[in-house]
Amino acid sequence: MYKKIFLLLFASFVLVQCSSSDDDANLLDEKTVAYDRAKMLVHWADMIIIPAHSAFQASLSILDNSTKSFVAAPNQSNLDDLRSKWLVSYKSWQHIEMFDIGKAEEIYFKSKMNIYPIDKTWLDKNIDNGSYDLENANNYSSQGFPAVDYMLNGIGADDTAILNRFTNDVKYSNYLTSIVNKMVSNTETVVNDWNNYRTTFIGSTKNTASSSVNKLINDFIYYYEKGLRANKVGIPAGVFSGAPLMGNVEAFYKKDVSKDLLLEAMNASIKFYSGTSFDGLSSGPSLKSYLAHLNTQKGAESLSITILSKLESAKTSINSLSNSFIDQIESENNKMLVTYDAIQAVVVLLKVDMLQAFNINVDYTDADGD
Amino acid sequence: MNILTYFNKKSSSAPLAVFRIGFGFLMCYSIIRFWVKGWIETLYIQPNFHFSYYGFGWVKPLDNYTYILFVVCGLSAFLVAIGLKYRLSIFIFFLSFTYIELMDKTTYLNHYYFISILSFLMVFIPANATFSLDNLIKGKDYKKVPTWTIDSLKLILSIVYVFSGLAKLNSDWLLKAMPLKIWLPSKFDLPLIGENLMQLEWVHYAMSWGGMFYDLLIPFLLLYKRTRVFGFILVVFFHIFTRVLFPIGMFPYIMIMGSLIFFESEFHIKVLNFVKRIIPAFFSLKNIFNVDKFEIIEIFKIKKEKLVICIVSIFFIIQFLIPMRNLLYPGELFWNEQGYRFSWRVMLMEKKGYSVFKIVDQKKGTFFYVNNEDFLTSFQEKQMSFQPDFILEYAQYLGDIYSSKGHDNVQVFVDSYVALNGRLSQRYIDEKIDLYKEKESFKHKKWILPLNDEIKGL
Repeated sequence: MYKKIFLLLFASFVLVQCSSSDDDANLLDEKTVAYDRAKMLVHWADMIIIPAHSAFQASLSILDNSTKSFVAAPNQSNLDDLRSKWLVSYKSWQHIEMFDIGKAEEIYFKSKMNIYPIDKTWLDKNIDNGSYDLENANNYSSQGFPAVDYMLNGIGADDTAILNRFTNDVKYSNYLTSIVNKMVSNTETVVNDWNNYRTTFIGSTKNTASSSVNKLINDFIYYYEKGLRANKVGIPAGVFSGAPLMGNVEAFYKKDVSKDLLLEAMNASIKFYSGTSFDGLSSGPSLKSYLAHLNTQKGAESLSITILSKLESAKTSINSLSNSFIDQIESENNKMLVTYDAIQAVVVLLKVDMLQAFNINVDYTDADGD
Repeated sequence: MNILTYFNKKSSSAPLAVFRIGFGFLMCYSIIRFWVKGWIETLYIQPNFHFSYYGFGWVKPLDNYTYILFVVCGLSAFLVAIGLKYRLSIFIFFLSFTYIELMDKTTYLNHYYFISILSFLMVFIPANATFSLDNLIKGKDYKKVPTWTIDSLKLILSIVYVFSGLAKLNSDWLLKAMPLKIWLPSKFDLPLIGENLMQLEWVHYAMSWGGMFYDLLIPFLLLYKRTRVFGFILVVFFHIFTRVLFPIGMFPYIMIMGSLIFFESEFHIKVLNFVKRIIPAFFSLKNIFNVDKFEIIEIFKIKKEKLVICIVSIFFIIQFLIPMRNLLYPGELFWNEQGYRFSWRVMLMEKKGYSVFKIVDQKKGTFFYVNNEDFLTSFQEKQMSFQPDFILEYAQYLGDIYSSKGHDNVQVFVDSYVALNGRLSQRYIDEKIDLYKEKESFKHKKWILPLNDEIKGL
């Protein structure tokens, strides 16, 4: 039985091969060459990563100026101004957190900028002592955006109380200045390094654990799974603990911006996946076009499109949430869980289907195969 | 020729000596390589949890004593190579190597299994009949051994090739060129051929079909004298080429060395003579062992030969049956993996999975998801994610862990998605099944959801 089938299959295979032979010019299109990963890296560096870093640096320098004005005159209007500059910069940060590569990785940039919840005990102790080492890993959760959030929104019951703290004791201004300065200097280190690192980055196209392409793809997936899915939604909604952990919401003290920050992060992820430039005006080689090149036709539509549409529907789900996730969790946590599932659906596609198509490993355990 | 005259046939003992030396040194090198790469630490010592073969849950790594196990294994391989206390050495090698492989099935490879069964077979074969230290100690050298001992090595190699060839007779491999269509384009780094040849679809098909014909035909090419040299050139080319393409460790070298057994005894005698010339020291040992008594005996007689033939025959019958046991299970073999291991199905699948576990309090209905990194290494997580027996064993482990941590009425569910050979991922395990209540067995696992597609063929 099998014999016959295979004779038949073999014969038809030979026929197909012969009938569509060399004179068919279509054979020579698309897939005759490898995807140009070098071009993709150049696009990532020049059109997405470097402009996003510059924009972030600019927003941070505005935040720095507002901090100076506020520290000099801690009044309501300066506080309002500083809070709005903090939010602008925090949103801008959402566009670069995923690029944990090069200098950023080396100096633990993302840990120093955005670990939440803050360690309130450590942070209060730092304010009181006035002496601390922000390079110490124990202090990662006492600096960056979440710490500024606490300083501006959490150290008093209301604005009057907060302003009183700054007016009455210089230690608050000192600590605020100190952590903002640290954010500025860390960012400067990373941004400046890209001037040199760019060459290394765009030249590293191989399919190895340490190549830029593989590293950045893994960074992106890691960010999407941990930084975005787990930290911003899953952990606060109690997906990993059984009961919600509201203290783990991003921008916990400001409260009403958690959706904005998540949306910004989602937009950044969609743009990176689709290869949209940071300014949104152009597009180039991307994970999406790389997948399309590999032409892995799956089911009705190709994987590259499926991923994009699932990202978009996750975004729609996010849009339906309250501005404050604390409110959302208290009133109807189920909506958080539904959103989590929508975000999670993309994790499967990225980690299983996309990595299979690229033939990239997530773990790089060094062991033999067979 | 009837079966009795066959078993009475004798051949030169040289091929066995060459095989023994090659095997021993390659194994010794493999063990050292494994150690140097730090794999004893990362694969056996660091993980808190180990995946066991059904019925072998008692075989576990021995903490730091695991290193001693590897010393024993490497040393016995070396003793096999030099032919000192051969029978005892190969037996210890078989036991220690097999123990190592049973410690954690995460590291399962067909070629490790091959080493285990080959070393078992070698226990019954007088591979120390000539050119061994045992000869010098006993002062005896044997010119001939029963032919069946050499043929049994040819047979075990042929089984590996033919079964892996038969496994390639399926629609994914032949008609879709999967998984080579995924793997080869990702080899764009290869010099000369990476950017162009590896990207071409016809190359993927050609290599799939070529691989299938290679596996099915190579034993026959090696068996017939006229095609033997050509066959061996193919062996070398094929294995070196796959070594360049894929991270398959020592396997190619083992197969290349093993294929030499097909050559005639004159070839092996030449090899041994060559070795004698380059290491004369070996023969100065003769003086130490009092060369006068060195006695050349025509035929090596195997003790209780009938019993040995009986054991080896049963061994081969089992080797024929095990690769076909998948026929006893319903459903798609590549998807369910029931009867997939130990059956020479190599390089047939690109399978990736994603499995997260949900711990539910049955009474309260509350739940949370487990972070796999808390319990597994990334390598274990990767292997667990697409293999049902791993998923079950891990679910049971999680159930025990959380029950002992004071959680009540624990149920364990899994959200599992798997993609096979370029198909879109689909849900893999029935998410409504409490895996904590399921038991491992050789029975069909009904909670594996069927593949939404059909792979035709063997």
